[in-house]
Amino acid sequence: MSTTATDIGHRVTSIEGLPPWGPWKTGLAILRRDLFVTGREFPIFLGQVILQPLFLLFVFGKVLTELGYARPGYEQVLFPGLVALAAVLTGLQSTALPLVIEFSYSNEIEDRLLAPLPIGAVAVEKVIFAAMRACVAAAVMFPIGVWILGAIPWQAGTAVAVIVMTVLGSLLGAAMGLILGTYVPPNRINVTFALVLTPLIFTGSSQYPWPSLSHIRWFQIVSALNPMTYVSEGLRGLMVPNVPHIQTWICFVVAIGYLVVLMVIGMIGFIRRALG
Amino acid sequence: MTQTILESPSVGNGSAMAVEVADLVKRYPKAPKDSLAGVTFEVRRGEVFGFLGPNGAGKTTTIGILTTRVRPTRGRASVAGVDVVADPVRARRMLGVVPQLNNLDRSLSVRQNLLFHASYHGVPRARRLQLADALLDQFGLADRPNGRPDDFSGGQIQRMMIARALMHSPAVLFLDEPSTGLDPAARLFLWEKVAELKEAGTTVVITTHDMDEAATLSDRVAIIDHGTLLALDTPGALVRGMTSDRTLDCTIEPGPGGDVTVLGERLGAVPGVSQAEQLEDPVGGSWRFRIYVEGEAAPFVAPVAQVISALGGRLTDVRLGEPNLEDVFIHLTGRALR
Repeated sequence: MSTTATDIGHRVTSIEGLPPWGPWKTGLAILRRDLFVTGREFPIFLGQVILQPLFLLFVFGKVLTELGYARPGYEQVLFPGLVALAAVLTGLQSTALPLVIEFSYSNEIEDRLLAPLPIGAVAVEKVIFAAMRACVAAAVMFPIGVWILGAIPWQAGTAVAVIVMTVLGSLLGAAMGLILGTYVPPNRINVTFALVLTPLIFTGSSQYPWPSLSHIRWFQIVSALNPMTYVSEGLRGLMVPNVPHIQTWICFVVAIGYLVVLMVIGMIGFIRRALG
Repeated sequence: MTQTILESPSVGNGSAMAVEVADLVKRYPKAPKDSLAGVTFEVRRGEVFGFLGPNGAGKTTTIGILTTRVRPTRGRASVAGVDVVADPVRARRMLGVVPQLNNLDRSLSVRQNLLFHASYHGVPRARRLQLADALLDQFGLADRPNGRPDDFSGGQIQRMMIARALMHSPAVLFLDEPSTGLDPAARLFLWEKVAELKEAGTTVVITTHDMDEAATLSDRVAIIDHGTLLALDTPGALVRGMTSDRTLDCTIEPGPGGDVTVLGERLGAVPGVSQAEQLEDPVGGSWRFRIYVEGEAAPFVAPVAQVISALGGRLTDVRLGEPNLEDVFIHLTGRALR
């Protein structure tokens, strides 16, 4: 094959001679790479995100209520919480695990850190991509809910708010994962996952409405500290408004506040890891 | 042929130097002393610049700063006229990095690694497709473009990383310890490619702790230790600057009735020879002498052989002891590199 300087196009003569290029285009190219890789393994990805909520929904929403251990109607309380759980957990796992691997074992992230965009933008891309995965995980809960429960709670007027809250929950989870993935040393990640994930899952008000915890005050306070509580409660308020819940506007404000704080902490951790 | 794709972009109009470093200092948090203690040097356009030093000397820190991955504590550094501290995003468009460890994207094929890298750097689609094929060809990877990096040998991985780094036509290519862990054939291939890059005008900065590599590849060598630049010159000039003696190690088959003491005296009397010292002969039956001379050693081979044959003996083996980069290094740092 013959290739000459002229037929392969321009030759760079200086930074001024390079074609104009915005860092956001590099960010999009990196996002395209992530989508390309995930798209190729989409069935595996779906299996990964579906199984846990599927079983939770089936056992708690279907089995327990049919056996009479949970009151009828519990599945309506549970469903919004499981959507929140799917969003937050998938977001978290989609940033934390890849970051730990890429920073320590594979070094794959280096090629992106050497790409022409600010280092912080690499972290933002990671969070956005993880949130996209988390939104898919949350979205598939709806057909699964219909399939297992027969019907899912739904208010016609709140669809947009449900979507916004789900996106917020996905971003929150991804931001938490950014913190875990950058601050936790690789040899501790297993322990940390066990220590963080279990409390996160069970104090996030996904299996119960938060106001109903008033009899167990300490647990209510602990749950109030978990960012996921505001996603669960927000979705619950939007989908089953007759169940007692934290006011929806409070959920939005606190979730956004948490997102900002977690992102700032996560970005500091990321930049510290990325720069020697 | 494909040679031309390796043609380098020439560096920015404003700067005659490909790399400029001034008073560069780096102290890592909590470190007791500076990892780089004020380093200043320049790399000219189109040259192969070798960075020679032991592990922990400051090579990797310097390369880290130049490739925007490490922030210096003080000092200035620029690549192709772009300040790497003030404007790292633009600087990354001008430099290519081949790291020590495999950092290829394991989820992508060889060809996809090249293509996505180019897309991060804004290389237009048509050009990156063409470049990827040409570079795969050039680097002997064209037969398995769709293989995953994990299925290749260390030498091939390294070729992939060089090909990837060339996808955005960097003005300066940084190779960090490129031949570590390579077998001799892969090492030779690498050296050939670096020579080709130089021929095509690419500036190459290479770190190594291998003397041969530094001497063979580099136009100029910087010797660094404890964060300080100890010497910077062509390999030849560094060696010539050494004051240590040149030697001839001779093995002599004595003639009938030859006298080793007389031979020693005659050899010592050759003009320019400062001393002739008899060495132990491990095999037996031959005599061995180390002859210390002033200036270059080679011109002494003929007169020494004449003296030997005049006494009826025969010079069967001679080894010239020229100081090499290793001696330069030992002289400068007081210790061996490896």
